[in-house]
Amino acid sequence: MAGISLRDIQKTYGSLTVVHKLNLEIRDKEFIVLVGPSGCGKSTTLRMIAGLEEITAGQLYIGDALVNDLESKDRDIAMVFQNYALYPHMTVYKNMAFGLELRKAPRAEIDAKVREAARILDIEHLLNRKPKALSGGQRQRVALGRAMVRNPAVFLLDEPLSNLDAKLRATMRVEISKLHKSLGTTFIYVTHDQVEAMTMADRIVVMKDGFIQQVDTPQNLYDNPCNMFVAGFIGSPQMNMLPVRIERTAAGFAARFGDDVIPLPERAGEAVLAPWLGRDCMLGIRPEDLHDEASSYMGQATTTPITTTVELAEPMGSEVHLNLIVNGTKMVAKVPPRCKARDGDAVTLGIDTTKLHLFDRESENTIFN
Amino acid sequence: MAVTAPVRKPRPMTPARRRLRNNVVAYSFIAPNFIGFAVFTLGPILFAFALAFMDWDGSNEMTFAGLRNFWRLFSDDVFQTALWNTLVYTALTVPLTLVCSLLLAVLLNQKVFGRNFFRTVMFFPYVASLVAVAVVWNMIFNPAMGPFNMLLVAFGLDPAHLPGWSADKNWAMVTVILFSVWKNMGYYMVIYLAGLQGVNPELYEAAGIDGANAWDKFRHVTIPQLSATTFFVSIMLTIQCFKVFDQIYMLTQGGPGTSTLVLVYHIYNEAFISWDLGYASMVALVLFLLVLVVTVVQFRRERDA
Repeated sequence: MAGISLRDIQKTYGSLTVVHKLNLEIRDKEFIVLVGPSGCGKSTTLRMIAGLEEITAGQLYIGDALVNDLESKDRDIAMVFQNYALYPHMTVYKNMAFGLELRKAPRAEIDAKVREAARILDIEHLLNRKPKALSGGQRQRVALGRAMVRNPAVFLLDEPLSNLDAKLRATMRVEISKLHKSLGTTFIYVTHDQVEAMTMADRIVVMKDGFIQQVDTPQNLYDNPCNMFVAGFIGSPQMNMLPVRIERTAAGFAARFGDDVIPLPERAGEAVLAPWLGRDCMLGIRPEDLHDEASSYMGQATTTPITTTVELAEPMGSEVHLNLIVNGTKMVAKVPPRCKARDGDAVTLGIDTTKLHLFDRESENTIFN
Repeated sequence: MAVTAPVRKPRPMTPARRRLRNNVVAYSFIAPNFIGFAVFTLGPILFAFALAFMDWDGSNEMTFAGLRNFWRLFSDDVFQTALWNTLVYTALTVPLTLVCSLLLAVLLNQKVFGRNFFRTVMFFPYVASLVAVAVVWNMIFNPAMGPFNMLLVAFGLDPAHLPGWSADKNWAMVTVILFSVWKNMGYYMVIYLAGLQGVNPELYEAAGIDGANAWDKFRHVTIPQLSATTFFVSIMLTIQCFKVFDQIYMLTQGGPGTSTLVLVYHIYNEAFISWDLGYASMVALVLFLLVLVVTVVQFRRERDA
């Protein structure tokens, strides 16, 4: 059991820096998810923690120990690889027992641990098979089992679900979360899938271009993104971004978007908004904060109507995604399935003005959430 | 008036016709290779099989000999020596070459300085002319004034007890084996290198995290992952060793005495020195059966593993 501390961790290949001065405190027993687009440095960070990549600069502590120069095998970690990396010539049992055998554990203890892990993961009937005789989901379980038997201080998982189909991914997500709770071990999980990050993490680390953008709980990231990148990355469909200019009206501050004027919430405050008066900003609206006419939100004081044209309506069963165009800007609205709007229709939607986000168009940082 | 040409409907093909057409296409692609094989390999082999039961000196008329050539094997001391020498040569050369080429491949698969240069150096003996290489080898290992023996003296060996290499009947086989290993290991190294490139690097990472050191990784990842390559290499090497001739011819001519006389050299002597083509074919038949049995056994073992 151990917390992990990354202090000014840096990774460079020649003149190319892929991870910049990364600082992160991971608490004991925490489920941390590193998320970001390809090439953001999340896997490299994980591999540095694992000892598979050398740390160019900075210090890495696992528990109280500085482990920069320790080999993987001496770091008390286990790792689950994207492609499972099971030993093809060994049976499932041998795959799981291998780490313990190398550590010269007594045979009876190895057997007990392997069978216990197999029972938890429901792979007892597969112990004598070789990996090539297993399905993707079964291989994934074996990879988890191989990590579990060693009872490591830290579990590292590198995109473990990306090779599974959508249904299996959802099941394994739940299983990994349950496993984390029952093992009580620190988990560090890398993914590019924000759904995995949102559903599993205690805290999410959003990365881009080798820099940490924001570290927070899933709900806080969703509600209070620190910049346009995080706002756009977390949530599906993405947050709508409207180019607006800040104005003062009789009722207070408002955002002008073409001919539409969207009042900004009072909570934003004079002090925050006054410097932006007359300047160009980006207004962020989540697709679910756009309501159609049938909704009870319409007509409320906090809802501002906006007239849009439907480019394409995508029925999802439980909801409809309306791809819209307003004043030349594309938007998406998530509305209930009873919405009858057809492609090409003009529809009036209500913007929930209590849920707006405002960003600086130049620095892309949040002005208010 | 515009005249439109009648559109000819393609005739629907029956399954039998389609099969025939596919077969004709397939066989026509195989044919060039097969004809070459039949004329230059299969024909001579069948002819040699028949010849094993004949008496023929290559110019006079062939006469049927029945099993006479076969019975002669049991009283032919030279044949028995040659058979034994071939088995010894194979039993030592195959594992030695396997180990050397695997170790070289593992070493030169690392990111070491100048590895392409060293890969070329190791491969060079295989492509170099055997005649030239054998002459140089015999000079280096000359018992009286060869640089290698001088080196041994420099290291303090008694000049009266230096190895005689290819001139000494106790050392000649060792010399031939060392020469063969050195000459061929570069080729099998390249095959092993190709095998090593195919090993998933994540397996080494997983093993490292599981607690494996370099030796554990070699034993539990590299060797099992290369088992298909090792199988191929050992089959090819075994066949090559049973058929060894050129190296013996260049280094020792089967001597001193019969200390390095192998089956193919015996076949050569019987066929083209003694002009006893019938008996030579019988020895060749024995060699063929030997290679066949060993290969079948190896395939069986691989399949069961």
